[in-house]
Amino acid sequence: MIINHPLLGPRDSAEFVYLGTANLMDRPDPDTATPEDWHDYAYLRDNPAGPHRELWFHEGGDRSILIVTRDTTTHEISSVELARNSGAQA
Amino acid sequence: MHDLTAITALGGIAPQVDTVGEVTLSEIPDVALASVAARTREESTCAAQLKALLGGPPPQAGRAKLGEPYSAVWVGPDQWLLSASFETHEDIAAQLKSKLGDTASVTEQTDAWCCFDLTGPDVHAVLELLCNIDLTRFETGHATRTSIHHLGCFVICLEKGHSVRILGPRASAGSLHHAITTAMASAL
Repeated sequence: MIINHPLLGPRDSAEFVYLGTANLMDRPDPDTATPEDWHDYAYLRDNPAGPHRELWFHEGGDRSILIVTRDTTTHEISSVELARNSGAQA
Repeated sequence: MHDLTAITALGGIAPQVDTVGEVTLSEIPDVALASVAARTREESTCAAQLKALLGGPPPQAGRAKLGEPYSAVWVGPDQWLLSASFETHEDIAAQLKSKLGDTASVTEQTDAWCCFDLTGPDVHAVLELLCNIDLTRFETGHATRTSIHHLGCFVICLEKGHSVRILGPRASAGSLHHAITTAMASAL
């Protein structure tokens, strides 16, 4: 599988580490979250047959974290973006 | 008083040189390194400071800027690995920090990496056994991080098809050297 890195171009998926669903970026607010919110965040996952937004860490490259939209039934990748551009702005 | 003898990454008194066919692998000990990461909201100021240091804009993704006294390799968004001669810039991190101030975080990297230059007309035959770089598009001044022998290494093209610099983890210098010399023996 080839991931088209937004900065570095097509790179082999062997250079990446899969970090799970992109929903992990939406961490509950520690000030207001209930134990149930944390349970959902830590344990509950959708398991879609189809497009899935997920995080890939370019460990063997520029160490950026990418949001990859991948179809779980075909492995077709429809979009790749840098997570730093979509994350919460400090 | 300490009376210590400096040794190279491979443990020798003098840098090791291996030649197979027309390709030579040379250990390069005279390299001082520091990582420079621009701080949030200081990216443009940091880039301007680096421009003055490097004599040109800092390298873009996948590129290196080779020069004197400093060279720079792009390692990630708003982050570079700067190198200079160890003889004259042993304190490279302190020198850079004094110039970049609060625009960037600077960390000493000299002792984290080992450096090899691979030169000769058949360099690509060796490299294609070692890593997955697209060598036909690997031009002079290109630089990328890749895996060699399961080690994360930087490969910098010094002269297309003839000369590359490989930076690898110093603690695995022996393994990296073994991998490269084995590939040389296989390819040449």
